[in-house]
Amino acid sequence: MLSIILVIFPYAIAYTIPLLITALGGLHSERSGVVNIGLEGLMVIGMFTGALVISQLEMSFPGTAIWIGLLAAFIAGAVFSLLHAFACITLNANQVISGIAINMIAGALTTYLARNITGSGNIQIVHGLGRQNIPVLSDIPILGKLFFTMSYPTTWVVVGILIISWFILYRRPFGLRLRACGEHPHAADSAGINVYLMRYIAVMISGAFAGLGGAIVIVTYSGEFNGTAAGLGFLALAALIFGQWKPLGILGATLFFGFASTVANVSQVIPALAVIPGIILKTFPYIFTLIALVIFSKSTQAPRALGEPYDKGKR
Amino acid sequence: MNLKINNEYVLALVAVVLGLLAGGILMLVAKNNPIEGFIYLFRGGLMSLERIGNTLATATPLIFTGLSVAFAFRTGLFNIGAAGQMLIGGLCAIAIGLTFAWPKPLLLTVMLVAAMIGGGLWASLSGWLKAKFNVHEVVSTIMMNWIAYWTVYYVVPRYFKGDFMETESRRIPYEASLKVPWLTDLFNGSYINLGIFLAIIFVIIIAFILNRTTLGYELKAVGFNRHAAETAGINVNRSVILAMTIAGALAGLGGATFYVGYASNMQIGVLPSHGFDGIAVALLGANSPGGVLGAAVFFGLLHTGKGFMNAMTNIPPEIADTIIATIIYFSATSILIQRYWEKLKKKLGGAK
Repeated sequence: MLSIILVIFPYAIAYTIPLLITALGGLHSERSGVVNIGLEGLMVIGMFTGALVISQLEMSFPGTAIWIGLLAAFIAGAVFSLLHAFACITLNANQVISGIAINMIAGALTTYLARNITGSGNIQIVHGLGRQNIPVLSDIPILGKLFFTMSYPTTWVVVGILIISWFILYRRPFGLRLRACGEHPHAADSAGINVYLMRYIAVMISGAFAGLGGAIVIVTYSGEFNGTAAGLGFLALAALIFGQWKPLGILGATLFFGFASTVANVSQVIPALAVIPGIILKTFPYIFTLIALVIFSKSTQAPRALGEPYDKGKR
Repeated sequence: MNLKINNEYVLALVAVVLGLLAGGILMLVAKNNPIEGFIYLFRGGLMSLERIGNTLATATPLIFTGLSVAFAFRTGLFNIGAAGQMLIGGLCAIAIGLTFAWPKPLLLTVMLVAAMIGGGLWASLSGWLKAKFNVHEVVSTIMMNWIAYWTVYYVVPRYFKGDFMETESRRIPYEASLKVPWLTDLFNGSYINLGIFLAIIFVIIIAFILNRTTLGYELKAVGFNRHAAETAGINVNRSVILAMTIAGALAGLGGATFYVGYASNMQIGVLPSHGFDGIAVALLGANSPGGVLGAAVFFGLLHTGKGFMNAMTNIPPEIADTIIATIIYFSATSILIQRYWEKLKKKLGGAK
């Protein structure tokens, strides 16, 4: 059993990391009070930008092209999320409809552009990111094998972002202000916080993180942009809810979901894993999220003002 | 002149114009003449009987998902699970169509009823979660979409695997298809099928329910103000579940018209775009059944014409999806248009 776990662990982690960073992005947006179901589309933007930049640069800058691509995806996600921020924050539009529009625009627009650039709707990159052993740490028995052997550098970037996010959200004034905007924006306003600005920043962070998540998919296990994130953004949304809008909850939820999906994906190759039918493994993140919503329906940790447009004049 | 722009149809029209404008700009980006592009786009959907038939056939599932979303909207619910309900409805129809060898009228009736029940029950779960546990229907319908996606993904290859492809079901026999020879011949071999008549009938039924029945009145009352409706003695929980079930049944029927009408089998690994397009249809149609019909035909036209446009120019076909997506965005932000209109009115008023 241990050997099977050792085999699938790297795949599970590779699958978890984009989910984790995207859900963390969603956390910022929703903690500030803005529903973001556009995560899927923002991931697609990141996938497109990452794949495009890397495919253009990898001939001339073999090593650094990937990191430039990741950075470009990060920025592109933040910029594209401004569409959502403008609609939801400045115009008080329906946040769900705006999010759906973001998803649809992202998918259609990037495929449209990809067709103009490459002729087909796909953009391939030649070289993905290599897996590396972390020196010293990888020699620790079992744990070293699980976590520090053959891991992608992006995994550590994302883990770093997770720790920083937690620290900023719960230990810095900025995080307190951001969360206040999602709990009681009027109180936050009367305490001198610019609710609109905070929400803009939060939505842009969600866009940047989701964009990065999309690009990580490209440079680690997919290698190709094809116009869709195949529901990963919605899975990240489920993880955000299942994790009850908390960083550690999200980490647990994404790991849980990542493992289930990986087991389902590799069960055809590893017969020992085929005991649990794929349909159960693939549907259970969503079913569990629904069950969690029912269980927590009386004591939900969702931000109080989630989904409510902030209207300064309304008291 | 006291012209008000809170007329929803005017706003919808402005959103369409802005969407087309965005499409035009994108055509320019692709170094094409937008006017030429649009001419080919519309000709592609209208220039022959066959293409008109295809436009109507493409519009048919959109009418159903649009009706589904609009009906839910009118009752205060946001159904973004039409895609999943479509999948389940389509799966029920396909399952019966591939299993029983009955005469066509009987088989089709049973298939359509099964699609309604399947889609309706699927959505009723979201309604029940909302009524009983106050779980927001947006979240639960998203989850249900993906549960439906994976259900189809595993059920179709297991029980209805195609002869050649792992990723699709067997083709349904003639008896199980909504296509009928006289209609196909009338439109010179197009995809058009009985679904379009069904869609028009349901547009009328839903309009009747919403505007002429106690049930519709109660559902709308719950949509306007849940608490007031409760005070007035309306069973709000029952209304929420019922409204979701009807919305799901409509989307389920849409699934039947797509998988056993427009298409002849079911592919796995695809969440149909009609679910989200249906939201655009409902918004553009101002949530009225008649408006939904018009908006769905317009989107059907865009989707049918894009292939022809792509063949005649080198504009990628995704232009149609981009236009639809932009229209949704501008529908959501229609307040911006309203604000500009107010400003414009003040300026004109000041000049007098």
